[in-house]
Amino acid sequence: MFGNDRTVARGVVGFLVLLALLAPLAALGKFQTLEFAYVWSFAIAIVGVNLLTGYTGQISLGNSAFMAIGGYTTAIVATRLGWTPIATIPLAAVLATIGGILLGIPALKLRGLYLGLATFALALSTPSVIRHFDELTGGSQGIYISGAAKDPFGLVESGQLTAEQWLYYLSLVLFLLLFLFSRALLMSDVGRSLRSIRDGETVAVANGISLRYYKTLAFAISALFAGVAGSLNAMATSYVGPNSFDATIALALLVGAAIGGLGTQAGPIVGALFTVWSPIYAQQIFKGRPDIVFGVLLIVIMYVMPQGAVGGFYRLLGLRLGLRRSVAAQPASPLGPVTAGGIDEER
Amino acid sequence: MATELLLAASVQGVIQQLVFGIATGGLYASLALALVLIYRAMETLNFAQGEMATFTTFIAFSLLTYLHLPYFVVFPATVVIAVLGGILVERVIIRPVERAPVITLVLVTLGLFAIFNGLSGLIWGYVVRPFPSPFPTTPVFVGGVGISYQDLGLIGVSTIVLVLIWLLFSRTRIGLMMRAAALYPESSRLLGVRVGWMLALGWGLAAGVGAVSGMMVAPITVLDPNLMQSVLLYAFVAAVLGGIDSPVGAVVGGLAVGVVLALVGTYLPAVQDLRLVFGFLVIILVLLVKPGGLFGHEHVERV
Repeated sequence: MFGNDRTVARGVVGFLVLLALLAPLAALGKFQTLEFAYVWSFAIAIVGVNLLTGYTGQISLGNSAFMAIGGYTTAIVATRLGWTPIATIPLAAVLATIGGILLGIPALKLRGLYLGLATFALALSTPSVIRHFDELTGGSQGIYISGAAKDPFGLVESGQLTAEQWLYYLSLVLFLLLFLFSRALLMSDVGRSLRSIRDGETVAVANGISLRYYKTLAFAISALFAGVAGSLNAMATSYVGPNSFDATIALALLVGAAIGGLGTQAGPIVGALFTVWSPIYAQQIFKGRPDIVFGVLLIVIMYVMPQGAVGGFYRLLGLRLGLRRSVAAQPASPLGPVTAGGIDEER
Repeated sequence: MATELLLAASVQGVIQQLVFGIATGGLYASLALALVLIYRAMETLNFAQGEMATFTTFIAFSLLTYLHLPYFVVFPATVVIAVLGGILVERVIIRPVERAPVITLVLVTLGLFAIFNGLSGLIWGYVVRPFPSPFPTTPVFVGGVGISYQDLGLIGVSTIVLVLIWLLFSRTRIGLMMRAAALYPESSRLLGVRVGWMLALGWGLAAGVGAVSGMMVAPITVLDPNLMQSVLLYAFVAAVLGGIDSPVGAVVGGLAVGVVLALVGTYLPAVQDLRLVFGFLVIILVLLVKPGGLFGHEHVERV
């Protein structure tokens, strides 16, 4: 019965992937190609936030710190040790994952708003740590990465691809790989365990799910994705500085995940498009301050479709997500405001 | 003889730093109190609290600079504007999502953060501006220790604010209604308390306390749209340390954070630039060791 729908869905996804592959060759200029490279790298980071916050229910306002680990790993190893930038990505991913596990240990005990607060403090303090260790990180000056778009296949040197196109395809391919990885993970019993932690920790524990193992896993994977995203971001910018990955980036990641739709698989792509393109359009519409437009849009979206763009779209189609995150559907609790326990804790 | 002098000098130094720490701690305490007021009313944190305070401080700046009003008129006028503004923000922007999941509320206050920060930048620009202090910076000597009037003034203002808030909640009918509305919204409604308006009043009070805090911080640093961001972090630390639902805790937490930061700044200059990391570590440690904070209540989960 769903076979037909599924074929249509596959056709649409296939068409979109084809579009993403051909667009920079056929339609996009230099500037747009690079902006879309940022879209894919942000999408990677937002998939990570979505896994942690949307699927596991752990509010994170600190994933920018893992992006910083990734970005600085690439910058330092590429400039000091002379590695090809692309070769630094696995190392960036590993170091960020270690960071994620280290944060995951204290985070096991923190819930809801408290975790959001602790991770936000991490995001706020990241730039000062980077400035403090200036011998390694270049302090406030940051690090310029020369030859950031160097590819090992010589495609850029031989003129077959522009530097922007190389960065675009690198980000797109990594996004697709990591997206498929997270998709497979979420559809397995690991995904079920993560969702059950989000929907009620007590029930999850009663069903034999180890909070320690699965929460740490969610932090680790989320940090891995952020690390790769930070590395790609550093290459696309050819520079890292203390404020490249500050608290505004952490907010942008969570906002992107929420606007796309927390707990939906396609949400992060929409969220990344919004995160990268909305400031550019807002600048054109409203010359003064794009962040005012950003703030207004965020609030309006939370009113109109609190389940995000993709969640709202599914609702329009009448698909059931097995989630109850709508504000309208939230029954007025007789015990007062919803507690800081989780995103859509059922009470 | 020499060692005695040195000892005396260092004791004086410590006392000066303690007073300075208590003075700045009072500022953290005020903003932390604003956060606690909103947390008690609706169990969420207002990430825009600092930006709202900055915005009202800019209003005070305009009243002083462009309308040439005297400080003693501007100060109360700004507090009134802030209270009304806070009520307005709650009624118009927060009310539609009052009962939404916590993440929706957090995101809405993050949206407010962007709006107020952007508005401050749009209207007043990013040039740093001096903001006058009602207190002279000259020192007064108490028992051989020089303490600035500025620090004493800050301590005085914070004390007055905190005592007024305490009196409001413990000694007035409206304070009682606000407490009831926060703890037992349904029962309060049955008894005729207008719960929604009590929440709005909580936002108004928080904005008013924040405005005072902003007008006290601005003379110490300089006024720009990012004035309150680090203050907000220390206020978060103070609130967590004291217990996020405890006004007394906010005050004690704020003072503790102020004193420790002042001492670290003087005696551990090597790590002075890592003050924000210190804040992060305190939050983590407190939540791990005593999740309810020093004076707060631990969250108990019903199964």
